[in-house]
Amino acid sequence: MSGSATWSFREEDAARIGVLLNRLLAESGARTALLVDRAGQMLATAGHPPSFDPITFATLTAADFSANDQLARLLGENEFGALFHQGEKDSLYLADVARRVILVVLFDNTTTLGLVKLRVRGVLGDLSQVFTDMFAQDGQRAGTPRGVERGFVGEAEDEIDKLFGGA
Amino acid sequence: MSLINYASREINCKLVYYGPGLGGKTTNLEYIYEKVAPASKGKMISLATETERTLFFDFLPVDLGTIRGFKTRFHLYTVPGQVYYNASRRLILKSVDGVVFVADSQMERMEANLESMQNLYDNMAQHGLDLTRIPFVVQYNKRDLPNAAPLPQLQEALNPGWPVEDPARQHDIPDPYRPGELLVQQTNGGWTERVPHFEAVAMRGDGVFDTLRAVSKMVLKTLG
Repeated sequence: MSGSATWSFREEDAARIGVLLNRLLAESGARTALLVDRAGQMLATAGHPPSFDPITFATLTAADFSANDQLARLLGENEFGALFHQGEKDSLYLADVARRVILVVLFDNTTTLGLVKLRVRGVLGDLSQVFTDMFAQDGQRAGTPRGVERGFVGEAEDEIDKLFGGA
Repeated sequence: MSLINYASREINCKLVYYGPGLGGKTTNLEYIYEKVAPASKGKMISLATETERTLFFDFLPVDLGTIRGFKTRFHLYTVPGQVYYNASRRLILKSVDGVVFVADSQMERMEANLESMQNLYDNMAQHGLDLTRIPFVVQYNKRDLPNAAPLPQLQEALNPGWPVEDPARQHDIPDPYRPGELLVQQTNGGWTERVPHFEAVAMRGDGVFDTLRAVSKMVLKTLG
């Protein structure tokens, strides 16, 4: 068993993912694509900037997916690899990426669920590869910073004292 | 697991308030929400039952601002305390960076506290996490009530400490939050480490920010 760890999402990862998400949007006609990690943190967005609070959205997405994972297990399934939430105008399609991340596609009536599913399936393999590479290499990449730079912790502690009323 | 997002220049850390039902976890978050400057807090979400008992979790994001170019944020969660919501509790602990155990000081709740603490250890273990190796503090809430158990009794039951194996840590380590007390000390021939503890009356805010300040600083040190 271990203590808490840190993982990093770097500019080059974001660039590779941006290309894939933009391709997905162009091919599916969906409006926005988002990547959320299983702990509820927003990793990346592409397409129309979301009009909702992204932090809240990411938290609820992770909770939604986790709860459905448990439902799947109750049924004897390993997981529900994808979820669909249908609204009157806007709908969400959520898909698992490499068991670490959730791809969320926001789309409206100008496209169809079938097309979105099809194009998501087309991009999932590439996205999974990016994350598999990322976690395999995290901590082994040369020339890139690990953790935070010196001085960060001290400054952050000062901010905590200011915000939470410390001495 | 803290996420350092170099692309969006963000650092997010996850803190979870754990403990028995009606112990004051949600009250801690509500007080923080009420008192933190509006610019530093996000929307508070409560997935609760009609009677306002936590069903899945409460969530409150708190921004520290931009530090060394990184927007730094703590995500505060509570878990549902009621025994039968264990599936929800386990889910919320995923990738946790720091834990606050909110104990109910009332004598009658001692058994519920112990059961919840054991449940916390078990659920952390299921995620492959060792509670003795991550930032962890205990808050004894409801200290104002006449039936509150004495602090030493609560400490003995809920924060008895664990053996210190690392020789480098086998020396007196003072408790930075309680002058004159030790976190690591020699007991019965061996070395024992306890986690920091705080007394609180969350309803009126006593001890709430002391607890949050301590655990968030402990989490930050893991990033450095």
